[in-house]
Amino acid sequence: MKTRFRTLTDHSGLFWAMIATNVVFLALGLAAALFMESHGHIVTGMSNSIVWGLPHVFAVFLVVSASGALNVASISSVFNRLAYKPYARLSGVLAVALLAGGLSVLVLDLGRPERVFIAMTHNNFRSIFAWNIYLYSGFVTIVATYLFSMMDRGASRSAAFGKGVAWTAFVWRLALTTGTGSIFGFLIAREAYDAAIMAPLFIAASFLYGLSFTVAVLLTMTRETREELMDGEMISKFSGLFLIFSLTVLFLTAIQYLTRFYSPAHRGVELFLLWNGGVYPLVFWIGQILVGTLLPIAILLHSRTRERGPAALMLVSVLFLFGGLCQFYVIIIGGQAWPLDIFPGLVASSSFGDGAVAQYFPTVPEALLGISGVALAMLLVALAIRVLPFVPVVRPSASTGTPA
Amino acid sequence: MTPLIRDEDRPGHDRRGFLRAAGAFAATVLAPGVTLYAFGAPGDSAAAPGAPASSAKRWGMLIDVSKCGDGCVACVTACKEENGWGESGDPRTGAQWIRKVSIRDPKTGWSADLPLMCQHCADPPCAEVCPTGASFKRADGIVLVDKHICIGCRYCMMACPYKARSFVHEPIDDQKPNAPRGKGTVESCTLCVARVDAGLKPACVDACSAKAGGAMMFGDLNDPGSDIAKAVKAKASAAIRSDLGLDPGVRYQNL
Repeated sequence: MKTRFRTLTDHSGLFWAMIATNVVFLALGLAAALFMESHGHIVTGMSNSIVWGLPHVFAVFLVVSASGALNVASISSVFNRLAYKPYARLSGVLAVALLAGGLSVLVLDLGRPERVFIAMTHNNFRSIFAWNIYLYSGFVTIVATYLFSMMDRGASRSAAFGKGVAWTAFVWRLALTTGTGSIFGFLIAREAYDAAIMAPLFIAASFLYGLSFTVAVLLTMTRETREELMDGEMISKFSGLFLIFSLTVLFLTAIQYLTRFYSPAHRGVELFLLWNGGVYPLVFWIGQILVGTLLPIAILLHSRTRERGPAALMLVSVLFLFGGLCQFYVIIIGGQAWPLDIFPGLVASSSFGDGAVAQYFPTVPEALLGISGVALAMLLVALAIRVLPFVPVVRPSASTGTPA
Repeated sequence: MTPLIRDEDRPGHDRRGFLRAAGAFAATVLAPGVTLYAFGAPGDSAAAPGAPASSAKRWGMLIDVSKCGDGCVACVTACKEENGWGESGDPRTGAQWIRKVSIRDPKTGWSADLPLMCQHCADPPCAEVCPTGASFKRADGIVLVDKHICIGCRYCMMACPYKARSFVHEPIDDQKPNAPRGKGTVESCTLCVARVDAGLKPACVDACSAKAGGAMMFGDLNDPGSDIAKAVKAKASAAIRSDLGLDPGVRYQNL
């Protein structure tokens, strides 16, 4: 039996409340952006030392998650796991929505957001940033084509077209996350970055956080449609993916830090981020590792698959997403807080913060701007499922069976 | 008799009028920007009117750390006056195109003070990472920011190994005509490009010679006959973070 899809127009009170909350946060975010635009970045906690603040944490988190949100579609079309096919459309929509959320935060945090079009008319292709502009816009186009190949009656009959688009999207999203990770990987002067592992680390992170967003949205839809969109078997499959992805992120994170410990010159920044750096070790160990990685893994491993149920999986998704925010906070803010080693072997001091750990206290406007990116993504999904049939109707594994 | 139809009565007149007005407005607003951009583009700045910066030159600076006085900020003050920065009292967010850095060897106790600014690298990481090409290096080695196409992404600040760049965090006024600045854009030492193009030395170098120990020397590193070329040939000098291979135009002696 072929999976049917539906639009979602008849919302519950809870769903409307969620939409209203997101509208409020989006409005607050836009107001914050206007406030920052008129007063300058002086109203944020950012400085000449911490040049990228909380908005970048949210933006990078959302952009990375966007690429990973396409997991389910890729698993279905590229790797022929038909059990995931009913969720492929929603996964594509979510990918575009998360990217839009992330990019809007990134653009509104620019010093001159009104000049965003200059980024399209003047390109320096030695810059990974310039490449990312095309990777991001290409991603939206390709995923839109991908959705078309899945949803259009004529196009969906062509297996070759569908496969071609699916593979293109798969390769593109890997390139996109490689580009995002390389923004940091290519920074030769900063000890916390300047590492090739940033790209694979970001790819693994995208798998985990993208899947977390997908599962969280699917479970919300389940509540909304009062249908079981995810049966025990699918919960088991998603749990398995969560375990693989979270352990991969954990492994690459361990390598990321251990590699730097090997070099005496880099031990200072390692100890700062992991031990004596104040808020950063706390965010890393408590936020990213304990609450954001080990706790959800323990929940996944604790009981047998079918007993877990959607509630446990929802909790796991939210915990992984929290861990992701913590991870990017430590990478982006912690990495900048450690001073540049301009005079290796010497102790430096100046009126410009040389040799001193930079302080950063995010302000309300920049927090609101960051959160508004998530709100925009969620609103775009809510709008999309109202106008086009993205939500599956029948229970997936009953209709499509298990992997070919 | 056919009634006379005036132009403004014809269908579509309002639209045409609007388009004409919009066109005139766009030309008025955009043309100066386009013109300024045309003159400010990489490689277009001229030593003399009409003449581009020459790649035969490599403007550079040599700083003798042993002559740089502890606590002396003559170079910093001169730069502030010349380029009109330093209005903010907050060291976290205020611009610092040049700063004095105190360094100390914790093993031996040796210490020194030195001025640090944009090192005008031959391979500037700021220009490499700039998505729009706003950060660029002139043919004569001076690294600049084209304020017209800087979008304020701050990636150059992440990339600069010398923390030489500042972001304009607040609205500013009273700018110097020779050093345009703007809220939301990134800036750094321009090597006093307007003075250099006029045949003068950077303000910091002149101030150091006139009011301090004469620790700063400016000139064309490519000209074997220049004082700076002779000085770097006669005595060892070092680039800060030479391990990064960026080939800075600013070099230090007795460091």
